[in-house]
Amino acid sequence: MSKPRVATTSLAGCFGCHMSLLDIDERILQLIELVDFDRSPIDDIKHISQRCAIGLIEGGCCNEENVHVLHEFRENCDVLISFGDCATMGGIPAMRNNIPLEECINEAYRDGVTVYNPKGIVPQDPEIPLLLDKVYPAHEVVKIDYSLPGCPPSADTLWAALTALLTDKPVELPYELLKYD
Amino acid sequence: MSDAIKITIDGKEIEAQLGQTILEAADEAGIYIPRLCSHPELKPIGSCRVCTVVCDGRPQAACVKPVMDGMVIENETPELLQHRRNIIDMMFVEGNHFCMFCEKSGNCELQALAYRFGITAPQYPFQFPEKEVDASHPDILLDHNRCIMCARCVRASQELDGKNVFQSIGRGFDRKIGVNGEKALGDTDMAVADRAADICPVGCIIKKRVGFEVPVGERLYDKAPIGSDIEGVRS
Repeated sequence: MSKPRVATTSLAGCFGCHMSLLDIDERILQLIELVDFDRSPIDDIKHISQRCAIGLIEGGCCNEENVHVLHEFRENCDVLISFGDCATMGGIPAMRNNIPLEECINEAYRDGVTVYNPKGIVPQDPEIPLLLDKVYPAHEVVKIDYSLPGCPPSADTLWAALTALLTDKPVELPYELLKYD
Repeated sequence: MSDAIKITIDGKEIEAQLGQTILEAADEAGIYIPRLCSHPELKPIGSCRVCTVVCDGRPQAACVKPVMDGMVIENETPELLQHRRNIIDMMFVEGNHFCMFCEKSGNCELQALAYRFGITAPQYPFQFPEKEVDASHPDILLDHNRCIMCARCVRASQELDGKNVFQSIGRGFDRKIGVNGEKALGDTDMAVADRAADICPVGCIIKKRVGFEVPVGERLYDKAPIGSDIEGVRS
């Protein structure tokens, strides 16, 4: 029997949650006994190649590409998990949510104290994904089956949730593993 | 005449004293009823409704409802747990609660209740309202993003400090804590030693220059859920 496949991605996040996933240390050897990795920043596969059992989403949606990737994961994964505060609650990127988008862009490209941009050009190449009006947590865009908060969720939290799912046990985190910071 | 009476909470008969509230009687008996706006040093106002119990068939705020002989109270029913979870969820989406950099994280009662209820993500859409930060006071920071309108600061200032620094102003979604000064907190007679300065259950009113004093892992709610101290006295 082939091993279940796991895909992971980092949307509007900082890759800290993926670092935390690597932080399971030598247990990663057990993990690759249990699963095969599909699309993931860890193996640099760019698109999901076949049906996956588990999709791990780091980060919320701040631009149209994030939404596109999230839909790809939802369509191709049986169980979708948002992990980290950005995916579950918006997190640090969502701090722009009560500042108008135009003000954010002006600060970044025109008015910021370290900006040198005499023509005041704002990047708008078609290659660059358009920003959304706000940053949305993953569950406000697609259906999410499990959420693992934390900034980042600890390696033990990720390990506990993944092994529970892979061994058909309920995902019930002990008190010390559910943290928002 | 003795004031001792008997009440029943979740099928368990406990002793109470006339004049006590349900919350006080439950605390003494080692039964934890979750609460946010209630504080042992302050007069209860029944504002947050997290302590709602079903008392003789009717929902009541346990922090303000006095006990009566023979009262039958439901506390940990699935419906009430869901009701409390909903309130905590709403508080999270109606403010801007960024636990990852909040100085109160780990010692925050709102966060601790969410942990206790096992909330992994709120079920309601985030509002991301626009709120102000008032850093005008030399020793105290007032961050409205984290306010849950429990009015503990309002009561502490009046009842414990003999001042009147805070008042709630506005209505509905726009309701907020206002300060009794020319413009901001720095214009009031608030002092860092006031009880109102450290009675906030969340990170809305925090003292400056003492942030992140307690390391992660040793904070109030890192290892044991909120209410464990009360449940610990259960005999």
